[in-house]
Amino acid sequence: MSTRLVSFLLGLLAAVLALVAAFAITSLVLIIAGDPVGEVWGEILTFPEQRNLANIINNATVLYLSGLAVAVAFKMNLFNIGVDGQYRIAAFVAAVVAGEAWLPGYLNTALAILAAVLVGAAWAGIAGLLRATRGVSEVISTIMLNFISTSVVAYFLRKAAVREEGSNTLGTREIPEGSRIPSFSIGDGPGTEIYGFIFIAAAAGFAYWFVLNKTRFGFNLRATGQSTTAAVASGISVKRMTIGAMLISGGVAGLVGLPILFGDSYSYGSTFQSGLGFAGIAIALLGRNHPIGIALGALLFAFLDEQSNPLQILVGVSPDIVAITQGVIVLTVVISYELVRRFGVRLEQQQVAKADRPVDEPKEVTA
Amino acid sequence: MSTPTESTTPVGATPGPQGNRGLRPWSGRSGRWWLIVGLVLGFAALSVLRVVTGADDLTSSGTIRATLIALSPIMLAGLGGLWAERAGVVNIGLEGMMILGTYGAGYFGYTYGAWAGVIGAIALGMIGGLIHATATVVFGVDHIISGVAINIIALGAVQYLASLTFVGLPGGGATQSPKIPSLPTITIGPLSDGLGDLEDQDLFLVSDLASLLRALCTNLSVLVLIGLALLVLSYFLLWRTAFGLRLRSCGESPSAAESLGVAVMRYKFGAVLISGGFAGLAGGVLAMVASSNYRDGQTGGRGYIGLAAMLFGNWRPGGLLMGSGLFGYTETLGLRQGGTSVRALLLAVAVLAVVGGVVLILRRKSVGGAITIGIGVLVALVYFLIDEVPGDFVTMAPYVTTLLVLAFASQRLRMPAADGQVYRKGSAG
Repeated sequence: MSTRLVSFLLGLLAAVLALVAAFAITSLVLIIAGDPVGEVWGEILTFPEQRNLANIINNATVLYLSGLAVAVAFKMNLFNIGVDGQYRIAAFVAAVVAGEAWLPGYLNTALAILAAVLVGAAWAGIAGLLRATRGVSEVISTIMLNFISTSVVAYFLRKAAVREEGSNTLGTREIPEGSRIPSFSIGDGPGTEIYGFIFIAAAAGFAYWFVLNKTRFGFNLRATGQSTTAAVASGISVKRMTIGAMLISGGVAGLVGLPILFGDSYSYGSTFQSGLGFAGIAIALLGRNHPIGIALGALLFAFLDEQSNPLQILVGVSPDIVAITQGVIVLTVVISYELVRRFGVRLEQQQVAKADRPVDEPKEVTA
Repeated sequence: MSTPTESTTPVGATPGPQGNRGLRPWSGRSGRWWLIVGLVLGFAALSVLRVVTGADDLTSSGTIRATLIALSPIMLAGLGGLWAERAGVVNIGLEGMMILGTYGAGYFGYTYGAWAGVIGAIALGMIGGLIHATATVVFGVDHIISGVAINIIALGAVQYLASLTFVGLPGGGATQSPKIPSLPTITIGPLSDGLGDLEDQDLFLVSDLASLLRALCTNLSVLVLIGLALLVLSYFLLWRTAFGLRLRSCGESPSAAESLGVAVMRYKFGAVLISGGFAGLAGGVLAMVASSNYRDGQTGGRGYIGLAAMLFGNWRPGGLLMGSGLFGYTETLGLRQGGTSVRALLLAVAVLAVVGGVVLILRRKSVGGAITIGIGVLVALVYFLIDEVPGDFVTMAPYVTTLLVLAFASQRLRMPAADGQVYRKGSAG
């Protein structure tokens, strides 16, 4: 077998191992708690209906962007835990910009997206700047910035909000029809629409792959992530890379809330979905920072979320059980990759030993 | 077998360029004096600020008591972080372990009584610690990944367990537990009354001191006292015993420790377990002292803040106490006449920034100095322009303070040398 095939199979083995382990641990929790294990899995593992499928794909789109944002920073060994704050503040600004509609039609959309990217980048850039100039851990600073962004958004939401009659929710002005991103349907009936933003998400995934693997900047980024000393020795400015990586990560994070904004809610309100950034961390880990891996991870998380929704009604089990599964998957993925890696190394050593032998033996004869 | 050196980004300050320059605050013998001098000066400054701005809640005994309650969970979480990181394991899962602790206090406290709640909180936190220890020490998983996973698992587990156990109980539900029986509090009656009179006299410094003492002898929860005792105990164990030296050596240079016969893996494992216990207790304080039942989302990121307090405290107990005090104080102020009190703090920030800027310029760092003075003037302008800080900015104050303090302090910090690195048994020599 070629080494590429072996490493692919090993990777697959690791993923399967992780899923099986997570499955087993969750089942164990269910058994201990006295909940019906079979019914829970039976409910989760049925094939989703069209309506659910659309939901899964839509949520996966959002989670995918969040995972990408985290992954950019991961590549540089930076932990951007602040995607949550970055996307919320960015989505808010985008909602305001798009709602004001200074430009007509899709120009307005483009301006709003640009604003979101810039705001997300700036917000993450604070953490990058603090890390590069003052040595403040980005883990702590991004967490603090998450809390700060909650307050900032709440404050400005109150200033910018238009209150709908008969409703208690605060929200920004609705985006005009002409600036919304159209959805397309994957089936018939209501609720089977997929966000048009999915194409932008896919493009972002491609850009991520391209920039990291085909450009000098991407090479520098990965080099710095793998060995700071080597990077410094080859003339890379670590400070600049740190700020750059955080800016890009934040810029991508700025996109996270937009599929919802332009495809579903059309305004930013106090009920706008939060917590997507933390899921992104898990998904980036799950997908091993690879654009396709992240997509699979996002689909898996969205699948679990969607399929667990009716658990409470149908079998009387809290859907929060899948949060345990998701967390356990993150751990088991890392552990099983490590175990499989050690196994792969041993396999390689055996092959090398085997390949060495015929060369060695004649030498001993002649000596 | 080749063992690639796996290392994670340390959760901490990257060591500054020449980390050693100048005085290092609160470390070593002279550091202890710095700590005391700093505390006294800080308190005096608050007293001045109270008189100047008329924001009476800055040093009222109510504020100080609330601060003690607010700082306890943060300090305990930070202690958890301290134990783990001194042994070289970064524990960002503190938040999750704290969440487990709040549930443990709620469930065991309601079912078996107040003290069982405390034990339950510690035990559940330790389960979180057990997961983290198994993942990082046994399987060599990246510390931050494991911590993130624990935070996800803990949140899900607690919500799942709450809807399993609390639904249908009086006052309980999927998002909260029934009321937990309360722990005893300590009041020294006559002293408290006397100090109360003195506090009402409104004398400079004297009244402030009286309110501080009064807070310490009125309605003080035993759990807060236990927390403070644990801080002292941790200091003694980690810095004054052979056990502590060995544990810290695992965080500084595990290979050297192992070559001297220290059972590195066992120490690391134990330290992370203890760390989980502290975080669990922190959750217990939140559920039982700061509130009277378990509630969903009760921790509100305090695990992370505890970690930040520990960073701020330079991985030392005294500094940790100051860090959590600072955070607990700004958080408390927000709740007590928040707009006025936080506005008063702005003046302090402005003065500090201007003074700091002048010092920088005297040290021939004119650019940094000018920027700092500029910030100070800006803050002062804000102080004079507004009458009250808007509510949303008041809630933001603790986080901004943490960020600012870290930005100013982090270059003087030094974390354990091998913190966050995955160590595999037998890596020595």
